[in-house]
Amino acid sequence: MILSPIDIALSSILLLFLIAVLAFLFNRYQKFLITISFSMTTIASLLMVAAGGWTVGKGITNQIILPIGLPDLLFHLRLDPLSGFFLTVIGLLAFFVSIYSLGYVKGFLGQRSVTSLIIFYCLFIAGMFMVVLADDALFFLISWEVMAAASYFLVMFEDEKIENRRAAFLYMIVAHVGAIAILLSFGVMAGLTTGFQGFSGYTFDAMRATRFPLGWATAAFLLSFFGFAAKAGVIPLHVWLPEAHPVAPSNVSALMSGVMLKTAIYGIVRITFDLIKVFPWWWGAIVLVFGLVSAVLGVLYALMQHDLKRLLAYHSVENIGIILIGIGLAMIFTSFQMPLLAALALTAGLFHTMNHAMFKGLLFMGAGAVLHATHERNMEEMGGLIHKMPWTAAFFLVGCISISALPPFNGFISEWLTFQAFLLSPSLPNPLLNLLIPMGAALLALTGALAAACFVKAFGVTFLGHWRGHHNPNIHEADWPMRTGMMFAALTCLGLGVLPTLFIEWMDVISEQLVGAKIATSATGLGWMWLTPIAHERASYSGPIVFLFIMAVVVLAYIFLHVRPAAIQRVPIWDCGFEKINQRMQYNATSFSMPIRRIFGFFFSIKEQVRMGSHYGHKAFPKKLHYHLRIRDLFWGWLYKPVIEVSFWVSRKVGKLQQGRIQVYLIYSFVTIIVLLVFQG
Amino acid sequence: MHTNLAAQINSFLAAMVLLTAFGMLVQRRMYGLIHLFAWQGLFLSISTAIVGFVAGAHHLYISSILTLSLKVILLPYILHVLIQRLKIHKEVETIVNVPMTMLIGIALVIFSYHLTAPVRELSTLMTRSTLAVALATVMLGLLMMITRKHAVTQIIGFLAMENGLFFAATSATYGMPLVVELGVALDILIAAFIFGIFFFHIHKTFDSLDVDQMARLKEGD
Repeated sequence: MILSPIDIALSSILLLFLIAVLAFLFNRYQKFLITISFSMTTIASLLMVAAGGWTVGKGITNQIILPIGLPDLLFHLRLDPLSGFFLTVIGLLAFFVSIYSLGYVKGFLGQRSVTSLIIFYCLFIAGMFMVVLADDALFFLISWEVMAAASYFLVMFEDEKIENRRAAFLYMIVAHVGAIAILLSFGVMAGLTTGFQGFSGYTFDAMRATRFPLGWATAAFLLSFFGFAAKAGVIPLHVWLPEAHPVAPSNVSALMSGVMLKTAIYGIVRITFDLIKVFPWWWGAIVLVFGLVSAVLGVLYALMQHDLKRLLAYHSVENIGIILIGIGLAMIFTSFQMPLLAALALTAGLFHTMNHAMFKGLLFMGAGAVLHATHERNMEEMGGLIHKMPWTAAFFLVGCISISALPPFNGFISEWLTFQAFLLSPSLPNPLLNLLIPMGAALLALTGALAAACFVKAFGVTFLGHWRGHHNPNIHEADWPMRTGMMFAALTCLGLGVLPTLFIEWMDVISEQLVGAKIATSATGLGWMWLTPIAHERASYSGPIVFLFIMAVVVLAYIFLHVRPAAIQRVPIWDCGFEKINQRMQYNATSFSMPIRRIFGFFFSIKEQVRMGSHYGHKAFPKKLHYHLRIRDLFWGWLYKPVIEVSFWVSRKVGKLQQGRIQVYLIYSFVTIIVLLVFQG
Repeated sequence: MHTNLAAQINSFLAAMVLLTAFGMLVQRRMYGLIHLFAWQGLFLSISTAIVGFVAGAHHLYISSILTLSLKVILLPYILHVLIQRLKIHKEVETIVNVPMTMLIGIALVIFSYHLTAPVRELSTLMTRSTLAVALATVMLGLLMMITRKHAVTQIIGFLAMENGLFFAATSATYGMPLVVELGVALDILIAAFIFGIFFFHIHKTFDSLDVDQMARLKEGD
């Protein structure tokens, strides 16, 4: 074969580096630079989608050793179906977002130079591609750092705001604590591979060929899970996410939330299913429990937000949780030798990875369009945007329906598959798991319902009703590149929802390689129209039929409402006899989420203050009512504050060593030398 | 020359090196310090030459000449000029009082003899007895850096430490390879220049060469 997928992948990465260099040269022509560089990133992303799609479709594996790196530690690259799948996911979203950026980044023209944004955007995408392609610990970690550092600078892009700098710093710390854990995990595995002699164990091939003793394997797994969880934003390591995503430029948030978190999922799957391979059931239980906690708490925290992008960031926590539920179930089933169910759960998890990338990317792009038009992130100040931005509203609605796991869009398919994995699981030889699995199914259902509630709020408050803001900005519809990017993502959501069987057939080779079973034969047993996870007597779903049915209902409703001229009338709002009604009196995000805040109040730290100003100093004659509500993540106080305080305390104590006097420093070294000499034997 | 006689002379020179090291510890005057340092370098260079002659290691002659030119002539000259330019020939203040310093120094010498005892037993070189003195010189140099406040005395302490290291190399293995020797000599020279430049700057900034002043550079809490 002359051209192999890995060649395409490498050329794509090279192209991205090239754009980063070109951005320096065209620094002076900002407008031209935006057009040329984002057009080229679309090409690079498409190349990667081609490489990934080809690899997964044909089920081939390419390996290549690059003649760069440290002496004796060359860079190994490998493109197998699992990498190919993630390359496709990343490439596809990067493609949509790059189109979107053609319009979005123009919003910065005249305010600040976008050269750094473009350079780090390219490095960021290239870093994600390289992480997925890496086949040795060294290259993996280097790519991981490229990705983390580039995204740090992207979060910092609008660096004059203190909240951006703070968020970026927090992100940097969490990312690096995670990276250290991953480094240690690879260190353990690489060391055991060669018996702690030499460095040759750093390749993934060497790790694959080794059977690790259980204790060390557990240490490696726990370390890597910690590291990847920090990157993925698994609760309780999620705090950086709702800080960093809102302040980054929206095209970057779309990529960070949509695909960067997925590299952590890739890492978990790669290490457990591919490198370690044999593991006890409780590893899966750990992943499952963390997934459940993240899913439920993520959506609950999301419900409390009224910053649109922050809300979406918390939903990423939730969706990472759902993906981890699939992965955790797959691990449990694998450890009990149930390959078919493991394949189903793994497919569900990976399918949700794809779906979340698409709809979260779409939602962040939509939020970016809203931000671009209104310069407002607070939902309480928005409303009625559907009239001014019909396209954005429509695409955002598609994203909302998808993330709420409603048919006919893609979110439904993957969550339904996860449910099937729960429901089809037979009684396992472990009482704890038999308790956990039905409970998990119930919690997943709760998550879905709460997510739907949350997006009713997000869409309703932002796009419906009337404008709530004090000022009335000149709101405009997003320009065509932004609309195109969102449209593609929306169409992908629909396509994956209507024709899931094709997608499952395409990606089936991954579960075949990792857990040793395919589900396509049973999943498409009744043809491409019907999705039947295990057996069609148990459960089946037909995307096309549901889609046609819903379309028919929508069309009928439209005809019913619009054919008769008198069906819709615009009249003043009935104000119950109260005359001074204004737009600030609309139902808003805080009031919408109030019942849930009451029910689940113990998950948050809520500070609610009502102050009343009154005439004549008596409360019978109220004048003004001040309502102040502050909701914080409990984990900040429980987990992070103590850690921060302890580290400051230790730093202060250690800081006393630093006297600022040369003699004291000399005494330190003198005493050290003497002590070492005394204990030389 | 008879080997035994050479060993005797070498021991005598080692004793002189140690004596100058102690002398530097107690010397309060700047010029006196520099003269003592120059004397130490001279004893070192003679000792190196003798060892080179007896052991037939001719590269030690070059080391000896280097020591002579650098540590006896050039560096003391540079320091001399520095002191004159900066007008700092007053008495040197110490942190720890002199008798106390002497006691610590004696303890260090005993400690070095104790440390090098196993080496003395194993070694067959004629210079083996001077290893303890060399180690003691290193430690005394460090002690001098710790107990003095003035930047110039700290540099002299540093250079004395280097003397001790050089002496240790000669007495333990008949000197380091010539390449290393040359490299170290060059380092010392460059270090002296850099110190000189820094002194001017420190003097300009703090109007003094008292390193205690530099404690002000420390970040506040």
